[in-house]
Amino acid sequence: MTALVLVEVENGAVRQASRSAVAAASRFGAVDAIVFGDGAQAAAALPGVTRVLSVPGLVNDLAEPAADLLAARAKDYSHIVAAASATGKNILPRLAGLLDVQPIPDVVEIKDADTFVRPIYAGNALATVRSADSIKVLTIRGSNFDPVAAEGGSAAIETIEAPTSEKSVFVKVELSASDRPELESARVVISGGKGMKDAANFKLLEPIADKLNAAIGASRAAVDSGFAPNEMQVGQTGKIVAPELYIAVGLSGAIQHLAGMKDSRVIVAINADPEAPIFKVADYGIVGDLFEVLPELEKAL
Amino acid sequence: MTMKVLVPVKRVVDYNVKVRVAADGSGVETQGVKMSMNPFDEIAVEEAVRLREKGAAKEVVAVTIGAQAAQDVLRTAMAMGADRAILVRTDDALEPRAVANVLKAIATREEAGLICMGKQAIDDDMNATGQILAAKLGWPQGTFASAVTVADGRVEVAREIDGGTEVVSLTLPAVVTADLRLNEPRYASLPNIMKARKKPLETIEIDSLGVDTASRLTVVSVAEPSERKEGVKVNSAAELVEKLKTEAKVI
Repeated sequence: MTALVLVEVENGAVRQASRSAVAAASRFGAVDAIVFGDGAQAAAALPGVTRVLSVPGLVNDLAEPAADLLAARAKDYSHIVAAASATGKNILPRLAGLLDVQPIPDVVEIKDADTFVRPIYAGNALATVRSADSIKVLTIRGSNFDPVAAEGGSAAIETIEAPTSEKSVFVKVELSASDRPELESARVVISGGKGMKDAANFKLLEPIADKLNAAIGASRAAVDSGFAPNEMQVGQTGKIVAPELYIAVGLSGAIQHLAGMKDSRVIVAINADPEAPIFKVADYGIVGDLFEVLPELEKAL
Repeated sequence: MTMKVLVPVKRVVDYNVKVRVAADGSGVETQGVKMSMNPFDEIAVEEAVRLREKGAAKEVVAVTIGAQAAQDVLRTAMAMGADRAILVRTDDALEPRAVANVLKAIATREEAGLICMGKQAIDDDMNATGQILAAKLGWPQGTFASAVTVADGRVEVAREIDGGTEVVSLTLPAVVTADLRLNEPRYASLPNIMKARKKPLETIEIDSLGVDTASRLTVVSVAEPSERKEGVKVNSAAELVEKLKTEAKVI
């Protein structure tokens, strides 16, 4: 059996979630990687990858040509795998549609080549499902699989032509500029909730994030209130994170938020309400006014 | 504009309900549990109705697949402004691949110019039906939409991606899947709820469509996730930092 992994490369480096997808796919046998745009070299350096299909002409991850290309190559593979990222979730189900198979999204555990565990109901239940399809199309929750190293491999690179797409045209992309680590790969994440009261107060998280080299996240309530942009959202409807340390500030701990961070190794909660559900999952809690606690925390670090 | 917008909606366990795993591990308890329209589908209905109100579409048709009881989400869609509705009747739970096969048949019959649907249902959390449907129809897709503009035979979709927002321009017909920030769905007013009762609701038996609705996945078991243990309360930031350093050894 050979698996094909859609590997995402950003600024010359393979995204951590893709390295986790390679680690997961290695369970099935040999691993080929496919890279859209530049970045084949970075994918070729991943340990465990035997061959890289490089598609430099496909630069914007448009789902239509990407899925067409993957479908044309699919018969050589038992499993086609991607990270459960915005890109993976856009392209892989479309591929599954072309192949007429049922995709299996957000896999958190691999039981065997046909059997997978995935969360349902915002992580309130875990379903174990067995697939009868001859080609399995999976997306992988990065936080549940230790990523392979970024270097150590030396795969062969084969360059292939990009198909064209007339039905779908890329217009533009607007990325939020940040020097901080990515939410999904940061060792420490500090998130603010509705208790932050307004967007300006999110700045209070920054000096602490600087000291801990942390990514900054937000609850859906904070995003809905306009305190923080959506790409900072942690939860079932945002990013799923599992850092070494997660600090939840002024954040009640709604089910949908817990679904996005409860696999963190150590959870800290700072909240004025001692009954807030976030304390039920926190290893360490401080009941108090976050506007007093945050400056103290900054000083203590 | 003569475009017809098809809006697939799903009846799911209400998002406020704390679901319980069935004792025999076969699924979650749905008996006697409050059911509602999938929240992402409400956003899709709202967007379709706004397109018609702006003159970009002529008609909004809601469709669901399920038992007779699933009519209630169609009535809700019509109370929000959908013009008519279709219930594809079945007692089976369908996977996204099967749902896409059914929706393809309905979209073809209705000659839909745009399919606007939620990006995922909050029960199975698959986030797949829109993409599969687009593939099967051979239409382009605009997933995880935060803004939708229809003009000159195309639809421009702003999409939520990991680092920010991307904009794509698609030829019509197309499939758009709604993300949270696309709009705030209106509440159905009482007069509109009354009016919705008189709007046409057609029932189609699923077998009459002649499409493949077989499941490819077998549910082996459904289990509760492991619970985290509640930790300790500390009295100060200094004590917290101390514990993170010496006890948790995380900083």
